Amino acid sequence: MHLSKEEIARYSRHLIMPEVGMDGQLKLKNAKVLLIGTGGLGAPVAMYLAAAGVGTLGVIDFDTVDASNLQRQIIHGTKDIGKKKVDSAEETMKDINPFVNVVKYEVPLTSANALEILKDYDIVADGTDNFPTRFLVNDACVLLGKPNVYASIFRFEGQATVFCKDEGPCYRCLYPEPPPPGLVPSCAEGGVLGILPGVVGLIQATEVIKLILGEGQPLQGRLMLYDALAMKFRELKIRRNPECQGKCSVVKELIDYQQFCGVPHQEAPLPAPVASTDIEPQEVKQLIDAGSDFVLIDVREVHEHQICNIPKARLMPLGDLPKRLNEIDKNADIVMHCKMGGRSAKACDLLRQNGFTRVRNMKGGILAWSDKVDPSVPKY
Amino acid sequence: MPKILIPTPLRQFAGKNDSVEVAGATVGEALAALTTAHPDLKKNLYNDEGKLRSFVNVYMNDEDIRFLEKEKTAVGSNDTISIVPSIAGGR
Repeated sequence: MHLSKEEIARYSRHLIMPEVGMDGQLKLKNAKVLLIGTGGLGAPVAMYLAAAGVGTLGVIDFDTVDASNLQRQIIHGTKDIGKKKVDSAEETMKDINPFVNVVKYEVPLTSANALEILKDYDIVADGTDNFPTRFLVNDACVLLGKPNVYASIFRFEGQATVFCKDEGPCYRCLYPEPPPPGLVPSCAEGGVLGILPGVVGLIQATEVIKLILGEGQPLQGRLMLYDALAMKFRELKIRRNPECQGKCSVVKELIDYQQFCGVPHQEAPLPAPVASTDIEPQEVKQLIDAGSDFVLIDVREVHEHQICNIPKARLMPLGDLPKRLNEIDKNADIVMHCKMGGRSAKACDLLRQNGFTRVRNMKGGILAWSDKVDPSVPKY
Repeated sequence: MPKILIPTPLRQFAGKNDSVEVAGATVGEALAALTTAHPDLKKNLYNDEGKLRSFVNVYMNDEDIRFLEKEKTAVGSNDTISIVPSIAGGR
């Protein structure tokens, strides 16, 4: 293995540093790194690792590019909307550096395929967005003995570390169990500052490069916390589970991670039973048009109401509702709505617990309203 | 008084504060004072049996209290307690 004249010109700023040099650049060229997800974190990681000359980069994603991705997923552009993310990512990476080999996996990572896909790689960089996949990636790395360069983000905070390197701790040493579904919001629900995955993803990319080069102190046994608003980095210790002497005492084989995380199976979605207390957006529209006497309550937050709203709806954010129950007429017909129907279902429960009887939940929230009633209402 | 750092996802239950100073000689007492001042935090930190939830880690300075004396870990007025919940976002 050697570098061509073109590669030497391309990597000259690496080659003149003794910590990288020709040996290091060849290590990078020989390295195989698998990126789980080409989203917020995967985007900067893929671009910088391609630029740095990592020889083989695997990318797993089965999603397509959506306009709401572009605020942070800089590997994709406006022209890529609707394209497969793996194709769009490959195009950008190849444009940055045609010398890298991009291997695309347009599949969801599952217990059935994870070991087969991961086994060909030296390092895994986990940038997924859900707990089942986090545990799956961890367990597969434990079983295969592959370092897992980990990062996760939420709103304006990030966490990063290196798991499963040599005898270091794994994700289950840090968090033995997943949170119950619904308790920790995803980026899609809680939002994420667009630049956050850039900073956190590049911590991930830095650790990948260091592991390949064998330089510096890996972020192993240490959890890096980043708070963008305070602009503070903090570091906490991660200890290995004391019961894991030499070998992991917890992970024996890959399991059903959807079940482990309490997520209902996605393969066979049962039709959701229509609760008698649900109401379709079209019916709500008919009630409004007919001038019916009913109260429509929007339980989203003020900043969401500013994005879009239904004029008749009264804004009462879910968090304020317990204090404001006296503002609602107990004998009125009440319809609650939110963005997608989850928070308003909680609001309906709250009202019923407090003696309201004629409470209904608008199915699918204002997003369904946009789809089924008024397409001029923007979706977010 | 020891300071408790509140992570982003839990700030909405703690009066939007990013840190709270509370009285207490142990981590357990400090957290109890915190959840008394901000009752909405309680269900996010503790399960129905009153035990700390397993996806919420608590650190005394930079050490996980599971490797110290758990909730009996002593805290002084210059110590910082961090609550670090698991987050999974990446996209």
